[in-house]
Amino acid sequence: MRVALFVTCLVDLFRPTIGFASVKLLEEAGCTVEVPRAQTCCGQPAYNSGDRADAKAIALQVFDGFAGYDHVIAPSGSCAGMIRVHYPELFADDPVNLPRAQELARRTWELTSFLVDICRMEKVAAHWEREVTYHDACSGLRELGVKLQPRRLLASVAGLRLKELPGAEVCCGFGGTFCIKYPEISDKMVTDKEADIAATGAAAVLAGDLGCLLNIAGKLYRQGRRIEARHVAEVLAGLTEKVPPIGAPR
Amino acid sequence: MLATSRDFEANARAGLANDNLQRALGLARSGFPLRRQLAVERLPEFDRLREIGRSIKDHTLEHLDFYLELYESKVVASGGKVHWVRTPEEACAAVLQICRSVGAKIVTKGKSMVAEEMGLNEFLEANGINPVETDLGEYIIQLRREPPSHIIAPAIHLMKEQVAETFRTAHRSLDSERSLIEPRQMCDEAREVLRPRFLSADVGITGANFLVAETGSSIIVTNEGNGDLTQTLPRVHIVVTSIEKVVPTLEDAATLLRLLARSATGQEFSSYTTISTAPRRPADLDGPEQYHVVLLDNGRSALLGTDFQDMLRCIRCAACLNHCPVYAAVGGHAYGWVYPGPMGAVLTPSLIGIEETGHLPNASTFCGRCESVCPVKIPLPKMMRHWREREHAKKLSPPVYRTGLFLWARVARRPALYHALAEVASRVLGWTGQYRGRFRSLPLATGWTAVRDMPAPEGRSFHSLWAKRHK
Repeated sequence: MRVALFVTCLVDLFRPTIGFASVKLLEEAGCTVEVPRAQTCCGQPAYNSGDRADAKAIALQVFDGFAGYDHVIAPSGSCAGMIRVHYPELFADDPVNLPRAQELARRTWELTSFLVDICRMEKVAAHWEREVTYHDACSGLRELGVKLQPRRLLASVAGLRLKELPGAEVCCGFGGTFCIKYPEISDKMVTDKEADIAATGAAAVLAGDLGCLLNIAGKLYRQGRRIEARHVAEVLAGLTEKVPPIGAPR
Repeated sequence: MLATSRDFEANARAGLANDNLQRALGLARSGFPLRRQLAVERLPEFDRLREIGRSIKDHTLEHLDFYLELYESKVVASGGKVHWVRTPEEACAAVLQICRSVGAKIVTKGKSMVAEEMGLNEFLEANGINPVETDLGEYIIQLRREPPSHIIAPAIHLMKEQVAETFRTAHRSLDSERSLIEPRQMCDEAREVLRPRFLSADVGITGANFLVAETGSSIIVTNEGNGDLTQTLPRVHIVVTSIEKVVPTLEDAATLLRLLARSATGQEFSSYTTISTAPRRPADLDGPEQYHVVLLDNGRSALLGTDFQDMLRCIRCAACLNHCPVYAAVGGHAYGWVYPGPMGAVLTPSLIGIEETGHLPNASTFCGRCESVCPVKIPLPKMMRHWREREHAKKLSPPVYRTGLFLWARVARRPALYHALAEVASRVLGWTGQYRGRFRSLPLATGWTAVRDMPAPEGRSFHSLWAKRHK
């Protein structure tokens, strides 16, 4: 299978290791991975700000850049959800581009769900001696049904024990531009989240979306907690030695 | 009701700083969702029922004129009267005219959010009529002269100690040494105070959860039985309600009732479900002599055929409020009008205008929990986004935000430029942040760093590293 990686803008800027971890996992699953150069962002900031024109222009760019691949994979439920669920909505009244949006939507996946549901991956070779907890990022969970897939793969990581997080399905307060527009409300939400994480006693919190992880890690540090935050792909690909936890010194 | 939605940010800050409110919301946050979940798990066909509920409401809305006229004809045929009103002012005038025609001094009221839209209590008081709220929560907030903060639990923002204090202040004739520690004691006290009011009221006003077109009936659900006393004891019963409450048949209403209580409180059925049709007939043992329905539009009919029509499916269960992390953080008063939470964030701009209410559809992370629990599958985040689109088109969003979005979009539409800038940003931030691994403050990102650290980038963008590897 020839697949294209949709890197996502946050992974590109903040944490390329998640991108390389995704490539490694996809290759282990037997895929040939390419990274189209003509990608920036999925357009969600524009779409959720009510700017359909720019969102459409960016989506058209994604149509072109990702044409011809068997599948398109993003290490993010949020960006994959934008392409799978919202691109067809965005072009609902555009008979020329709607088929392209639907065609791309059908072959776009969040990383862990692609590995488990499409590639039938059952285990990974990684080893990580940790008790971890898991936050279910909203878009992946509710738009794409990502829930069991990351857990199934994590169960195969040697040394890793998963302690479920109470309120794992409650939003962390990131919400894209929301966290900057309404910092006090976002603060309350992420404070509740970090308290729930700390209460599990886990040494690390994992999730499948870097936006949530930047928010959660930033709050854990601000509260003086010593709990590491990492993207699930880093752990599954065995790259935890390669980079320090999100927000930790190099 | 006067809107303060424009002050959402200040209202929200006040809510976040209010300890009693935060304690009360903390209790509600876990209680409601758990009870709903247990109720849903006991009913395997719940999701299919949601589909049916949605189609009942969609069908009715597609033929709303037909069902409303059918409903009116049935009400009239059974001896009642329907008053069609377009605005809250017309609705208030219609209620007042009925009250005056029977010389009413005391009016008992069941819980009604439409009456809140009308500002009915203040209006009646200003016209020399004493409205008495009979739902316990509504009674408490009436004594405190506060608006409801939740559409099914109006006093949810209060702790029981605050209620006890309110009762001590309001019920001065009672023994000042009495114990008011347990909710049961306060409940008994309210009952004792309200009982004579029920008996002395000239007019009883209730809302309606559903109107049934085939029979001309109105249906209310309560857990206190106050609605029954309100509508059967006085000489006159007025139903104040809105046009989207109509459903074709009793069977349809029964289906929606199965969804309503489970979604709202996790009950299979509310303690009282009361169907009232027409004034008392000669052989009836009780019931009002007059039966009026004040049927309010207030902007609803203008939503038909628009992006917001689906909002008219809402059956006011409050599941979206109960599962909303933003509502749980700031409470209902922050929203500044009758309807809070996700349903309010869509409905309030629809009814009183986006100019006054721009914050409401923006104060959402689009986490989607509201839509996932809605008993009639209203796509609430999608409609909040539609409001954001209207704001964007009208240039109502803050200029600094619009400029930022404009610049970002120009760059995001040019991959080569984007990659170059991402690499620069990654290097600069990565280099300056490498020792701490994060920033405690960052220019242009103060909204972020005010409340949390900003993790530093690794130092190179993915695309630059990938390009180097695959030369």
